[in-house]
Amino acid sequence: MALLEVDNLSIAFGGVKAVQNVSFSVDRGLVYSVIGPNGAGKTTLFNLITGVYTPSEGEIRLDGQSIAGVAPHELALKGMARTFQNLQICMNMTALENVMVGAHLQLDRNLIKAMLRFPGIARRDHALKDEARELMRFVGLESYANLGASSMPYGALKRLEIARALAAKPQILFLDEPAAGLNSKETAEIDELVRKVADSGVTVVLVEHDMKMVMNISDRILVLDYGKKLTEGTAREVRENPDVIAAYLGSNV
Amino acid sequence: MSVLKRNYPLMILAAVLLMLPLVLPNNYYYDIAIRMAINAIIVLGLNLLIGFAGQISLGHAGFVGIGAYASAILPTHFGWHPLLATAAGAAIASAIAAIVARPIFRLKGHYLAMATLGLGIITAIVIKNEATYTGGPDGMPVAALGLMGFEISGEKQWYWVLAVLLLFSFWAARNLIDSPFGRALRALHGSEVASQVMGVDIVRYKVAIFVLSAFFASLMGSVTAHYIGFVTPNIADFFHSIELMTMVVVGGMASIYGSLIGAVLLTALPQALSTFEGWETVAFGSILILCMIFMPKGLVPTLAARFGRNGQEDR
Repeated sequence: MALLEVDNLSIAFGGVKAVQNVSFSVDRGLVYSVIGPNGAGKTTLFNLITGVYTPSEGEIRLDGQSIAGVAPHELALKGMARTFQNLQICMNMTALENVMVGAHLQLDRNLIKAMLRFPGIARRDHALKDEARELMRFVGLESYANLGASSMPYGALKRLEIARALAAKPQILFLDEPAAGLNSKETAEIDELVRKVADSGVTVVLVEHDMKMVMNISDRILVLDYGKKLTEGTAREVRENPDVIAAYLGSNV
Repeated sequence: MSVLKRNYPLMILAAVLLMLPLVLPNNYYYDIAIRMAINAIIVLGLNLLIGFAGQISLGHAGFVGIGAYASAILPTHFGWHPLLATAAGAAIASAIAAIVARPIFRLKGHYLAMATLGLGIITAIVIKNEATYTGGPDGMPVAALGLMGFEISGEKQWYWVLAVLLLFSFWAARNLIDSPFGRALRALHGSEVASQVMGVDIVRYKVAIFVLSAFFASLMGSVTAHYIGFVTPNIADFFHSIELMTMVVVGGMASIYGSLIGAVLLTALPQALSTFEGWETVAFGSILILCMIFMPKGLVPTLAARFGRNGQEDR
């Protein structure tokens, strides 16, 4: 059974049908990419699946369970994590603390115990710091650990978001344009990182504009245009599809 | 970080509180120190809500009033033990905070400010109008606080009670900030959508911290009532709310030390300015305006940044 199944998903904002009858499924362990021209509905599709928007119609199943319209903080419990196209880093915290927030659901969140600093909480936090440092090393940010997030460069923050998402130990990770605004060297590093994440057993769903990266790392690709599914397949199938070429370059028909 | 190093600030505060009586010349200065401590504890709680969680409350004096009047009314009219009355006041304040918080914290920015402002004003009006129980605008006397046959009285005894309460609050606030709960609180300030995606139920956290700050405000209201021995509706009014809010902002938002400094400075300032005879409110206002122009982040965060320490580490 596929890990994520999306069935006839639609949402309209006023008269604009941002996503229309989109269906696809993502198998466990794959890198699955969503591409399409600007305004095709990629980020909207992400926001629907990750609970930021409630779909007008359609069904979303994670691991066989329906999750359409479930609040984001409940989806986190089911093993879903994501990053954002426009960075959503907590600038009022250090880089390490940002990653530690990712592990929120694995921790004892009791208010009274926290105020009285029960030994269990102190011990777990201590271990968590090491785990968070390890994750920062995994994404290549070990030198930033104790820095305030607000003093980090843009490219590093992109990777910090991935480290934070991984701290949640997700089974499926949604990356919304992880390479947006990065130069080609940084993009190649993200490329490598996404591959590393997928190899560690996390299913990755990706929205990305950088075609070289998408073609490189995706097991399967979904193409959206004007909110509708244009086609779906492997990198080669998509590249050779005339509809896709028309959508990107314009056709002379 | 070792336990010892972690608790340095706590030990320094304890040392200051221990040494202070050596230099306090008379009861007038003890009185100011006690008021500073009371304000500092309320402001610590309020700063968790405003500075760390990024919410706002313009009606916090209402909760102080609830505690103060619970301690005044319940022993006088119903013969309750003062400690039980204090606990009841804190429970009532927490319950009111919890009930109104759910709808209130769906609001943001100006709307949230308006809603909390309304809550505080309603509390003040109820206290003024229910004259049969509260004595109305004239206020009412408060019974002394007895503990197992021993009665707390006089500035010197109250000083030590407040010193212990302040130490505990300072310790607890620092612990809270550096815990999974506190990180979630700061994260929802930094980015609500990101913290939700990490599994933080943001409304629950906002409600919890609002209730906690109301609880401490009410507790300090009870302490104030017993310490002074008399309560008036002024304790719950809008100006008191603004005063508390100002202490948070001047001391420094999201700064534990800032809460202490803000409370100490703004409690001392009106006393120090009293020599200006009639112009003290003008001087007070000017100092606040200058503070906000030159140190918009508040005293402690600004100074910490100026002297090259990492503001993130230095709460």
